[in-house]
Amino acid sequence: MDIRELQGYANFFMTIFLVIMLYGYIIHLYRSEKKGESDYEKFGNIALDDEIDSKPIVPNPKTMNENEEQNK
Amino acid sequence: MQSNAALEYDYSVAKLFTYTTILFGFLGMLLGTLIAAQMAFPELNYMLGEYGTFSRLRPVHTNTVIFGFTLSGVFATFYYVGQRVLKVSMAESKFLMFVGKLHFWLYFVGALVATVSLLLGYSQSKEYAQYEWPIDIVIVLIWVAWGTSLFGLIGIRREKSLYISMWYYIATFLGIAMLYLFNNMSVPTYFATEGLGNFMHSVSMYSGTNDALVQWWYGHNAVAFGFTVPIVAMIYYFLPKESGQAIYSYKLSLLSFWGLMFVYLWAGSHHLLYSTVPDWMQTMGSVFSIILILPSWGSAINMLLTMKGEWNQLTENPLIKFMVLASTFYMLSTLEGPIQAIKSVNAIAHFTDWIPGHVHDGVLGWVVFMIMAALFHMAPRMFKREIYSKSLMEKQFWLQTTAVVLYFTSMWIAGITQGMMWRAVDEYGNLMYSFIDTVAVLHPYYAIRALSGVLYLTGFLMFAYNMIKTMTVSRELTQEPQFKSPMA
Repeated sequence: MDIRELQGYANFFMTIFLVIMLYGYIIHLYRSEKKGESDYEKFGNIALDDEIDSKPIVPNPKTMNENEEQNK
Repeated sequence: MQSNAALEYDYSVAKLFTYTTILFGFLGMLLGTLIAAQMAFPELNYMLGEYGTFSRLRPVHTNTVIFGFTLSGVFATFYYVGQRVLKVSMAESKFLMFVGKLHFWLYFVGALVATVSLLLGYSQSKEYAQYEWPIDIVIVLIWVAWGTSLFGLIGIRREKSLYISMWYYIATFLGIAMLYLFNNMSVPTYFATEGLGNFMHSVSMYSGTNDALVQWWYGHNAVAFGFTVPIVAMIYYFLPKESGQAIYSYKLSLLSFWGLMFVYLWAGSHHLLYSTVPDWMQTMGSVFSIILILPSWGSAINMLLTMKGEWNQLTENPLIKFMVLASTFYMLSTLEGPIQAIKSVNAIAHFTDWIPGHVHDGVLGWVVFMIMAALFHMAPRMFKREIYSKSLMEKQFWLQTTAVVLYFTSMWIAGITQGMMWRAVDEYGNLMYSFIDTVAVLHPYYAIRALSGVLYLTGFLMFAYNMIKTMTVSRELTQEPQFKSPMA
């Protein structure tokens, strides 16, 4: 088996692997939303409510703590 | 958040890149129109000696519209959208502000030097990667500056979740960084030979078929990560924001993202069908190109569905019209590309004018429309003035739409005519036509293309005029508009 053939097989199996990963991701997204573990659609509001003083959809604890300390 | 009471988004870097978007857009499209006219009327090649020939100007056109106009648009929108979706201002970090300005000035001076180098004839002779090695080093520095801004802003964000547009901007950064570095690996001959030859000259580190493969892996993905990924980033922000409608399906946007990342990088070998690259790799290029329809249409349909129940906005707001048309052209060109990548279709399409036809319905209809719409949306927020003229925008829309249709229809006919004539054989198997026969037949289509260039360029000048008037004399706004951009 020469290098070209090996490359071909490697590509084929990697494709299969990545397809499984992608479908797994789809299932993960829908299942976690169905179980109520996460709500992906709320992230769409990040674009709509984007003033600098708007409340973040998911506040970043790191910068939030810094801000709180500044305000003390 | 008392300390943030007076804090505002700082658009100074976004403004600078907005100016260069307009400037490079005009220059790039002017050159495009000129070289289209040169194809139809060859005597136009001899106006400026060696500096005015098609072969010298064509790379200047492609590089100015890709790395000048489009990248300026990408940077302008990034410095605008990035702050807003991360809910952090550039003004909050002196370091990031410095890097942002350094990014701009390095880019601007680099772009001028790069353009002069192409005009002087320095070229690596790789399509869309013509810049010689010293310019490549400057481009790497510019890219590092952008990366510092990008990840620096992410580092100080208030919004922990990265909005989908940010995913696409990050992918643009990483994708181009990887592609550009690998394809531009070269040996400067001056140093390799201890002082012989021209200082600027270099040879590729790869040879023969490998060089072609790396080049088209780069070439096709430069389209992916320059003309698709960052433009999708823009539409995912600007269409929802301008229409006041959240993305139809955020999950679909995530799926389309990973689908696009997974598939796009493998499609480049469709540029090398019927060449000396391994057969499996050619087939892979075709197959992946066809699969590419799915993630591309995933994003485009997501955008059209975002307008669900709000289609009245299409008649009321020309900005929505620009973006919906952009999305539709995205669908058209991402269907056309895969069709061209099918081996039997490619046997006719390869090397013909159908290829530039395909590229231009994508770039003129999708990329330029989306960038102009983004800048129109940003202008009232950045300059605190309403858009100068709605009616001018409407006229520009129809003029440029007509121009795009004229461009791609003329090139479809020209390309298929060419392909069929090159293949035609008589009853004894002899070729029926010589090359010059095709050139004579194609003349009217080349003339139509040049005309479409004039129309499109006129439309772009209307855009530039509208933008400059918006920046300078339009009615001032007391409050930032929330969704729909105000226009007179």
